Amino acid sequence: MLYRESGQFKKTYSADMQVFPLREDRVGIAIILFIAAVVIPLTGSNFFISTVMIPFLVFALAAMGLNIVTGYTGLISLGTGAFMGVGAYACYKLTTYFPGVPIVIWILASGIFSAAIGALFGLPSLRIKGFYLAVATLAAQFFLEWCFVRIPWLFNYNASGAIEVPTRWIAGVPVTGPTATPMTRYYVILGIVVLMTWVASNILHGRIGRSFMAVRDMDIAAELMGIRLLPTKLLAFAMSSFYCGVAGATMMFLWYGGGEASDAFNINQSFIILFMVIIGGLGSLIGCFFGAALLHIIPVMLKFGLPAIGIPLAGATAEHINHLLVGGLIILFLIVEPHGLARLWQITKQKLRTWPFPY
Amino acid sequence: MLYNVLIDPFVQMGAAPDLFVQTIWEGLVAGVLYALIALGFVLIFKASGVFNFAQGMMVVFAALTLVGLHEKGVPAWIAVLLTLGVMAILAIAVERIVLRPLVNQPDIILFMATFGLTFIIIGLGEFIFGGEPKQMIATELGLPQGTMRFDILGGKVIIQKIDVAAAVIASLMIAALALFFQYTRIGRALRAVADSHKAALSVGISLNQIWAIVWFAAGIVALITGIMWGARSDVSFALQVIALKALPVLILGGFTSIPGAIVGGLIIGIGEKLAEFYWGPLVGGGIENWVAYVIALVFLMVRPQGLFGDKIIERI
Repeated sequence: MLYRESGQFKKTYSADMQVFPLREDRVGIAIILFIAAVVIPLTGSNFFISTVMIPFLVFALAAMGLNIVTGYTGLISLGTGAFMGVGAYACYKLTTYFPGVPIVIWILASGIFSAAIGALFGLPSLRIKGFYLAVATLAAQFFLEWCFVRIPWLFNYNASGAIEVPTRWIAGVPVTGPTATPMTRYYVILGIVVLMTWVASNILHGRIGRSFMAVRDMDIAAELMGIRLLPTKLLAFAMSSFYCGVAGATMMFLWYGGGEASDAFNINQSFIILFMVIIGGLGSLIGCFFGAALLHIIPVMLKFGLPAIGIPLAGATAEHINHLLVGGLIILFLIVEPHGLARLWQITKQKLRTWPFPY
Repeated sequence: MLYNVLIDPFVQMGAAPDLFVQTIWEGLVAGVLYALIALGFVLIFKASGVFNFAQGMMVVFAALTLVGLHEKGVPAWIAVLLTLGVMAILAIAVERIVLRPLVNQPDIILFMATFGLTFIIIGLGEFIFGGEPKQMIATELGLPQGTMRFDILGGKVIIQKIDVAAAVIASLMIAALALFFQYTRIGRALRAVADSHKAALSVGISLNQIWAIVWFAAGIVALITGIMWGARSDVSFALQVIALKALPVLILGGFTSIPGAIVGGLIIGIGEKLAEFYWGPLVGGGIENWVAYVIALVFLMVRPQGLFGDKIIERI
């Protein structure tokens, strides 16, 4: 009833090709953007914004990056955490050398460095496939992680050995560093995520995205159809690493803020983001948001929610139960819907479409 | 610079052959343990096509259960039997709850399921036995302690007795597994399943049963690995790192080959110890973590299916 496409006729090809052909979808996106940009900042507390919304957006961005290479191109990558790290360190070096340039530009530019490194480590993908490739990308993870610790130039020879986020202003408002309010950081990150989602959606719906999917579905057939495998796979790795790099830079500069998280880019981060992609749905942009929301919110809820409803949990026990529950939920979700939350969302839409007379 | 990289390490090797032998031995021992973890992976991958990420955790879980039971006052050998029972229950539970509903799903989904399993095993293990590191009950199990010294090549080589025991036990276990696969009814069924699921089903082999058995076999391997590794260091989930070390061993040896796992383990073990000892100081040390992957990648460039893996045949 609410979600009905009858009566909406498309008169031009471009109307047929657009990303959201249904009026209901366009209205829905507008409502979501309105909630994200107006309602949440007005109603949410600083705590909610900085522990739930900002990490959620960062993870969604990282998941989007991984989804490009794993979900759309079918190459499993376990180096996400390291590529995020490259972005963070690149951004740090850039803003150290050029403190006058607005930090947002450097956050976006740091993706380029990450993309270059990603393409380099994507080279084996032409020869190695499947799980062999997944393990090969672990080489990137461990090598880069080692670089982050062992090359002091990367962290400006700090005594702490970690990134110490400096304060940077845009138009007189502190955006990064300890004085930046959660609200400012939220708006910056929201802007970045919306922009990059829009770009990703357009690229993935176009020629490049289609060649990615052709490679995923069967690479030999794609090659026979005239898609050059090496450039396509490298482009997928580069684009994916670009997104991961920007996510890493936003994570370090807009979420953590301080330098306390030197091991933020370890192997577990890579796995958690892979989870988000799989639980959200491989090859679906909206799935990235679902997956990030689910996997980020479960631990936060367990950490803060259970004590709030009167179940006291000691720190260590909470950690163990958290492990148990997250593991159990992952298996449960995989059994119930192996194609991820995005598929559930599609099924719901289809149900709505035919309601109340399903056939 | 080039001299430092290309020549100096070999000069050092020649100058102090006892150190060289010592390093090789350390590598060999580490390699045996990597090979044991990789062996568990290979068993499961061959029989069910599942890339079992949880194998490393199963090692820790088995060791933790053993030590935990002993702490509760169970005699050592009975604790071993009880731990085997726990691993059997784990195998059956995994087959029932995780594998059966996910049959015929894409590989990556099954891989992720084993990752969920990793979380559950960590949570369960720490929940029951606590998170602090424990001491392996090596003496109670009759494992030898202490060191042996050899005076060779104009120097001393020190060998831990426990390492010798580990190597011997590992060889025995591999021989036992080979015999089991070759001559028993279940072993043949396992090989049949590894060759072709469909053909095995059509001659009346129960896949579910085989999967439970193969997970149990991997559990036994995990227990033995856990005892050996635990005797060298503490038993805690920090051993997670060694589970990741098994991955380059796997791609080096090939996912489907038991000899590959062993040879790969030894190559990686020796390679990384030599690299760390002779080339590590040039770049500031700590290269053990990634040099294994580099060795594996170099091999993969030549043979994408690993040293002993099945040839990958692509069809359209």
